[in-house]
Formats: sequence, structure tokens, C-alpha cells
Amino acid sequence: MKKAILILCVLLLVVPAALFAGGSTEAVASGADSKMGGVLVFGRSGDSVSLDPGRETDGESFYASTAVFDTLVEFVPGETAVQPALAKSWDVSANGLEYVFHLREGVKFHDGTPFNAEAVVFSFERQFKQDHPYYNLGPWKYWGYMDMDNIVKEVVAVDDLTVKFILKKVEAPFIANLAMDFASIVSPTAVAKLGEEFKNNPVGTGAFKFVSWTKDSDIVFDRNADYWGGPVYLDRLILKVIPDATSRWLALQKGEVDLIDFPSSEDIPAMRSTKGIQLIQQAGLNVGYLALNTQKKPFDNKLVRQAMNYAIDQKEIVEGAYGEAGQVAKNPLPPNMWSYNDDIEDYGYDAAKAKELLAKAGYANGFKMELWAMPVARPYNPDARKVAEIMQAQLAKVGIQAEIVSYEWGTYLDKTDQGEHQAAMLGWTGDNGDPDNFLWVLLSEPAAIPPAGNIAFWKNREFTDLLAKAKATADQAQRDTLYRQAQVIFHEEAPWVPIAHSVVTVPAKDAVKDFVLYPTGKRVFKHVWLEK
Amino acid sequence: MIKHILKRLALLIPTLFGVITLVFLMIALAPGDPARVMLGERANAEQIAQLRAELGLDKPLIQQYGLYLSRVVRLDLGKSIATGQQIAREIADRFPATIELAWYAMIFATIVGMLLGVTSAIRRNTWVDYTTMGGALVGVSMPVFWLGLVLIMVFSVWLNLLPTGGRMNIRYYFTPITNFYVLDGIILWIKEGTPKYLWSAIQHLLLPTIALGTIPLAIIARTTRSSMLEVLQQDYIKTARSAGIREKRVIYRYALKNALLPVITVIGLQFGLLLSGAILTETVFSWPGIGRWIYISIGARDYPAVQGGIIFISTFFVLINLAVDILYSVVNPKIRLQ
Repeated sequence: MKKAILILCVLLLVVPAALFAGGSTEAVASGADSKMGGVLVFGRSGDSVSLDPGRETDGESFYASTAVFDTLVEFVPGETAVQPALAKSWDVSANGLEYVFHLREGVKFHDGTPFNAEAVVFSFERQFKQDHPYYNLGPWKYWGYMDMDNIVKEVVAVDDLTVKFILKKVEAPFIANLAMDFASIVSPTAVAKLGEEFKNNPVGTGAFKFVSWTKDSDIVFDRNADYWGGPVYLDRLILKVIPDATSRWLALQKGEVDLIDFPSSEDIPAMRSTKGIQLIQQAGLNVGYLALNTQKKPFDNKLVRQAMNYAIDQKEIVEGAYGEAGQVAKNPLPPNMWSYNDDIEDYGYDAAKAKELLAKAGYANGFKMELWAMPVARPYNPDARKVAEIMQAQLAKVGIQAEIVSYEWGTYLDKTDQGEHQAAMLGWTGDNGDPDNFLWVLLSEPAAIPPAGNIAFWKNREFTDLLAKAKATADQAQRDTLYRQAQVIFHEEAPWVPIAHSVVTVPAKDAVKDFVLYPTGKRVFKHVWLEK
Repeated sequence: MIKHILKRLALLIPTLFGVITLVFLMIALAPGDPARVMLGERANAEQIAQLRAELGLDKPLIQQYGLYLSRVVRLDLGKSIATGQQIAREIADRFPATIELAWYAMIFATIVGMLLGVTSAIRRNTWVDYTTMGGALVGVSMPVFWLGLVLIMVFSVWLNLLPTGGRMNIRYYFTPITNFYVLDGIILWIKEGTPKYLWSAIQHLLLPTIALGTIPLAIIARTTRSSMLEVLQQDYIKTARSAGIREKRVIYRYALKNALLPVITVIGLQFGLLLSGAILTETVFSWPGIGRWIYISIGARDYPAVQGGIIFISTFFVLINLAVDILYSVVNPKIRLQ
């Protein structure tokens, strides 16, 4: 017994000491003059569910699949506009129902098979043709989320490098859908070979080739030396899972990872003052708002709705509840989305003006209202309860007595989409970077039918007509104008008090260069390089 | 003996039945419609109805319960909503990581805890005793989450000695063999002649082991101390001493052996509890085990996964306790006779 304990003690003491000796990670030697080379480790908060982007709906899955796969069109880095990718160009028929894509030649999948029209047809048909041999590898959830069944009628290979999409209805945002991850082009040969296992061994045309995946730990990718989109600088890309935000920050400080996702907002000031760390920031593609139910008193009166906008000081709310993770909103669209109308002047905070409008509307002595706050933290509203409390105090100053009401999340959503509230907070995160994905779902007349996405139940003919027109127009410049006009009407009619957009922060080592955040939430590493 | 074990095994059935029922009710009685909560803002009526059907929520409660029970009895824990994989497979994939960590944490807690306990008992009411027991009190009350972060801060960031998390240096591009990384490290040492995998595995184990082992360590130390004190006052110890047997022999050979009984109970209980402590430790140290998986499943509102995870951990807990009971009768013949 005694001997055993002694031996174990010695082991306990000696083993760690011996370990300390051979600790640190080796540096990567490479050509110092170029951007080429290096291993980049990205510390993220969760693991991918699978690596087949057609099947999944979560951002973490897309982080990995974006590295491996390409889409026909892609988002311009840092923007919501789309640009050619695997398709060199495309034509839209006069009636807006046929899109013809001209594919890039000479592109190869990682397994060596050629990328062609047949692969494009395969990648889409597997998601909606029920008799497709690999349809059963689904469910193809995002296809459903984006309502693609009601948009796409057929995908046809015209010749080896030409693909035609035939639509069921005129839908301009369709092109943005094709830049989303679920529309990734997969290698038909690899799917046929691997079947169910394809989701763990993805084969695409992307900047990085899949190497290995240790569940809940890390995914490793190697550079695709034959990438069609120019040189890929990194030798290796590793996505490492570190679920706790503080642990991620510690790992970055120690240098085990090169950049991290989702820092906790309390740590951001410290990060800013840490030497060797840069903060890469961008507004998230979302909006948090207070919807004023236009079908109920007193918010059926435009003047009252405007008064609410004057009475609520978003700056104080962002400072008090969002901290570093938010910026004040004035439009329903996030500022990094094309067609965002920056000419609109914020209502701003003006209690006197609010009182004046209330008096004009016949509420000189204010009124009582229910203020609904969500019970959960969302990216667009990290603490609705706190936001509600700040609003409550602000509204009291103009004579409005707000009572804060909250329900369990599921119930809250049910009640708001049925219109039981007077005024309720909610928000939205965009999918495809198209303004239609905000304005139509949240503010159009058809969206005001329960279960409603338009929980202000705001029914404005002029506004809806503008959106419908924009949906039916393929010309981006024209659409841009229409959406700008729509935002003017929104501002005047004030169905919401827009609160804030989240701000996404990625802290990185200074050595990480050319990493750009995408509004759509992608994390893209194909142009990133490391300073040596 | 066999009768005793069989009796204990029979008692397992109502216990597990209770656990399954509780876990089922936990979800069934949770406020709101789980389908609605899972789908969030973007749900339409059709998708909600589909998910409700998938989860069986459209059936009457009693029928849901019957179905659930019949599946669990057949060892079918269902599929995870998040991944669509069999929950049994999800658990099997992650169990080695958790067991490895819990095992080393327990060894650490047992050895150090017993040593400290015995030392305190011998040096009762000296500064050694006070320091040890004071330390144990601090250890018991330390939140695992906080302790983990402090350990990382000190040993990884400031002193730059140990990694901040994970199970293996990710730049080794290592493919697990058994999924027990220390064992894999030894195998690779033999096969490839390099101990680097073993070293890396142990380095990654150290901090989580300490974080997870601290609370059980403190409890074991306190139990050992009080149990030792009791035994040391008994007549046979006095007899042994007066017979001139060396003090160390008296303590480790005669006293400790008899003081061990309550300590074994505590060790057994703590080992079971370690699995729940692992939820926090695994999260802080990015340890890809069951605890973290349950934590993530809770966040993702993956109810079948949470249910499956809890049933698994409870079963494990009950089995460990059974093992302790059996061990008991081995150590103490008196129990066998009863």
C-alpha cells in the first residue's frame, strides 16, 4: 500500500514536471517574402452538425462547408451584393422566369472529376426531385426555408457548361438565394460513392480540401492548389471548437488560435487594449425592433407611433443593454445591406416633440400600454427585459405608463404572431442578403395575416406595391431605388420603433491579414494570409 | 453474496423507471410548445406541425409516455434533432473522453485526498491539520467553472506551461484509435516510437483533472480525516502501539484499512457526481465529452438528446453505486453476513 502510494506520488510530481519541458508549439517556416504558407486556427463556439450544406441550417455547419464548396454566385466580400463565382455570367429572360448561367470552364472537384452543368443539376435536383436517387439523404431544410419549392420549377443542363433555371414565378431575390450555402455545388461522383457518409467527407470545388474531422474538437482543411479563384495562401485551415467564450479569449491570448468567434462583449474593451490583437467588426445582418400594433389603439394613430419614436432614445438603450455588441437602428434594413437608405434622418430623442404629437393625437395626458419583452437573448437583442426597463423609464417622461409583459418564448411567438399584443419587441436575422428577405417578411401586407411575420400588422398598400414591384424586377439598380422609396414610407408611417442592429466582433492576432466579415454571417478564409 | 448482488440489481429497475419517468415529464411539462421554441422566429405553421409530428407531440400525453417507455426499454433513445444521428451513437462517440477525464480526476482526488486526510488525522490540531482542512473547505466551495478559468489563466496564459483546452495538440493531426487518448498515446509510442502524442494527451489532461478533481478531493480528505480519527481512538490501535509496532505500520496497515469503508462510499458517490461536474469542466476546457454535449443540447433545445443524456448518466451513476456496494462487502466481511 505504502509503496504504491509512494510510486504514484512520484509519478504525479515528476510527470508534469517532465511535460513542462517540451511544451510550446513549433513555428512554421516558410518563404518569408510571400503571403504564402502558414496554418491558421479559428476558435469557434460550436461544432458543425454535418459538412453537407444542403442538409444543415446552422452557421457553424456553414463555416466548414464554405471552405470546401463554391456556389454559382457568391457574396462580394463584406457586402450583400452578389458576384459571379462558379458561373461566369448569367442572363435573365425578358419575362423573368428563366435564368441561364454560363459556367466557368476547367474547374475540377477535389476528387479530380470535372465541374460541369450536370453537377449543378445534380446539386439542386437532389434537394427537390423526390425521385432523385439521393433525395433521401435529406431533409433539405434550407430549400424549404427559402421557399424554393414555390420558386424553382426545373433545372436543366443546356450543354456541358450552360445551366438553365426555370422558375414558377418572377422572384428577383432568387439570385441571392443561389449565393447561400445550401446552394453549394457538390461532386456527384463523391455523393454516389459515399452516400450517407458524404456529409462527413465533403467533396467540392472550394478553396480548401477537407482532410479530417474530430467531432466536437476540430476540422482540418488543406489548401486547394488548383483553386479557380486565384491563390489560396494558407497551407492549412483548422476550425477548432472552444465552447466557452472566456476560454476562447484565453486561447487567443496564449496564441493557440489565430482568431476567435463570438467574444463575450464584456471582454471587448480588454481585447482592444491588448497588444498584438486586432478587432474586426461588422454590423450583423439583423434588426431588433419594437413593433407597434397598428390594429390596436392607440397605435392605430400615426402621430402616436411617431411620438413613440421621438420618446424612445435608442442610444441610451444600446449603451445600457447591448454595450459593444450593438449599434442604433433607424431603418428596418441593416446598414450593410444594399439599398439601405442612409438619407433618412433618424427621429432621434426629443421628448418635447413627442409630447406635442401626443397632444395633437388627443393623448395630452399620455396613456397606459403593455410593453412586451422577449424572454430570451437573441443576437439582435441580448436582453429584452433590460431594454424594456429603459424604454419604460423613457416613456414615463412623456406621460406614457408602460407595463412590461413577458411570456415563455414559444408562447411569446405564438401570441405575437396572432396579434395579441399592443407593442412587442422582436427581431429578425437575414438569410440571403436581399432586402426582400427583411421588408417582405416583416412589413408587407401578406405577412400581416396570422401567423404573421408582420407583427405591427401594418397594412400599407403603397409600401407593399413597391416591394411587389421590386420582387418582379431583375434589374438591381431599379430594385435599389424601389427599396429606398419603401424605407421612406416606413419612416413616415412608423409601424416600428427600430432599436438596434447587432455588431459582430472577431478578435484576431495582428498577423491575420485580409480577413473580412460577411454580413450574411459566413466566415471565409480563401483570401486570408498570415504575416510571418 | 450473489443473492445480495441480485437483490441490488432488482432495485435498479424501479430506480431507472423513476428516472425515465422524470426525464419524460421534464420535457412534457416544460412550458410552451417545444416545437415552436425550437424553430424560433422563422417558423411557419406547416414546419411546426411537421416537427410536432416528428417528436410525437401531437399524440395524447399518456400515449407519448407509453411510446417513450417502450423505446427506452428496447435501448432505443431516439434520434437527436440537431444531428439526426442515433443518440446512443452520439453518447458512444463521446463517452471515452468523459470517462478518461473522470477516471484521472478520481485517481487524483483519491490519492491526494486520502494522503491529506491521513496526515491531518495524525497531526490533529496542528497547523498542518488546520491548513489542510481549511484548504479542503475552500476546495469544496470553489465553483468548478471559475476554478477552471483561473487554472487556464495562470498555467496557460501567464506561465505558458500547459494548453488552454482540448485533448491533443491540434497540429499533430492525430487520428484516435481507442478514443482514450492516453492509451492511444502509449499505442502510438510503441508503434511509431514517438512519445509526443502521450505527452500531449497528458498535458491536456492535467488542468481539467485538477479542476474536476478538486471538489471530490476535498470531500475525500475530510471523510478520511474524520474516519481515521475515529479508528485511531479504538482499543486495538492502542494495543498495537503498546505492542511496539512501528507507527507507520499501525497507521497504514491497521488503521487506514478500517477507516476506508466510509471513504469508499464517498469515492463511489463522487465518481457518479463527477459526470455532472464534467458538464462545466468539459465546457471550460473544450473537452469533447458527454457533459459538454448535454450542455450544447440544452442550448439547442435538442430535447431527445437531453433526455437520452440524462438517462445515460443516471444509469451510470446507479451502476457505480452498485459497484461500490459490492466492493463494500469485499472489504468488510460483516456486510456479507448480514
